[in-house]
Amino acid sequence: MIETDILIIGAGPTGLFAVFEAGLLKLKCHIIDALPQPGGQLAELYPKKPIYDIPGYPEVLAGDLVNNLMEQIKQFQPGFTLAETAETIDKLDDGTFIVTTNKGTKHHAKAIAIAGGLGTFEPRKPEIENINFYEEKGVEYFVKDPELFRDKKIVIAGGGDSALDWSIFLADVASEVTLIHRRNEFRGALDSVEKLQEYKKLGLVNLVTPAEVVRLHGDDHLTAITINSDGQEQIIETDYFIPLFGLTPKLGPIANWGLEIEKNAIKVNNALDYQTNIDGIYAIGDVNIYPGKLKLILCGFHEATLMCQSVYNRLNPGKRYVLKYTTVSGVDGFDGTRKEAEKAVVKSID
Amino acid sequence: MAQDITIKITDRDGVTHEVQAPTDMNMNIMELVRSYELAPEGTIGICGGMAMCASCQCYVLNEVPLPEKNPDEEAMLWEAFNVKDNSRLGCQLHITEAMDGLEIELAPES
Repeated sequence: MIETDILIIGAGPTGLFAVFEAGLLKLKCHIIDALPQPGGQLAELYPKKPIYDIPGYPEVLAGDLVNNLMEQIKQFQPGFTLAETAETIDKLDDGTFIVTTNKGTKHHAKAIAIAGGLGTFEPRKPEIENINFYEEKGVEYFVKDPELFRDKKIVIAGGGDSALDWSIFLADVASEVTLIHRRNEFRGALDSVEKLQEYKKLGLVNLVTPAEVVRLHGDDHLTAITINSDGQEQIIETDYFIPLFGLTPKLGPIANWGLEIEKNAIKVNNALDYQTNIDGIYAIGDVNIYPGKLKLILCGFHEATLMCQSVYNRLNPGKRYVLKYTTVSGVDGFDGTRKEAEKAVVKSID
Repeated sequence: MAQDITIKITDRDGVTHEVQAPTDMNMNIMELVRSYELAPEGTIGICGGMAMCASCQCYVLNEVPLPEKNPDEEAMLWEAFNVKDNSRLGCQLHITEAMDGLEIELAPES
């Protein structure tokens, strides 16, 4: 059982920044996210796109913002349960919660902060008969652990950044990589497209375009696929098929937690602390709704800060505390580190 | 002051709405649909308008001058589901006075 003060559901910018604000109040955080890496949409959808409305940053790449947030929170040693979806919640008699993921990982927390953004990112599945049967038997929608594909034959389908980047990366891991796309053009970062071109020439990646996968074969595990290329069908032997057609967000199991939902978002008390209708469960960032709500990262940061103050007061009733400024008080990490402003010297000048 | 134009939008339940669209706020069709709440939040404009999700896919029903598809839109429509010859991404259709009278239908959620 993982023990924490605040269990944050969603590792997007709002969830990550909550770790920092909680840390200042000596509250420990653990984060669950359905994706295999932190950063939410910023890391998954548009890591290389610039953002222009983060205060103090005239321009910052989404991926860099995530890296900066990870750097900013590291001294508060957040725990992560990645590539798992928060599925069920139980409120105990003492007001604490147990959240269990789809993989059975249990988390015991004093408060819950749902920072789920648009929801859990679920893969968009191609319309191929029996594809559900082969899930985890050769069909993988994410590359969670590249080692799974060590010395195996793999087929990747898709034409975007993920398909390009994983084809290139796995060329060094798998015994054979075939990339299939419905058209000849790929859409991705220029260096990825050029690298794939080079890998194709070197015979490190087999490229089949325009083509699509139409059937899957195998008894207990995938053994081959049929592709259709300009009306010609061809069978390719493979151990794994990785369709990378993007992700769709769904509110998912959280929708069944008894929270008040409006317009696919969780209603919160914005006049006070972004708490939901269930005492001890908060919702911050794009996942919540209240009058005047704006889905902006900067608003999520504000909401995370107020949530942490509320959790502190909830866990320490009667204990006096006033807001402190990091410039004055510095930052004491849970790892023993301390950051503080350099002290001015008092010295006469001759 | 720039004139508003009229656009007819058929929602995913088949109901047609005639709406006024501003031409001076740098808005696109996806944002117009959201501003009139013609599709539930979270089911349209998921990527924010970067031509990366196709949740704002719509079918153009009449002949009105529209901008050509840029490579991003074309690539996304190749990846998307329920694509027809008259499919466009609403987020890539920036509203201009030339679009007055445009009629579109929202593609199913996928």
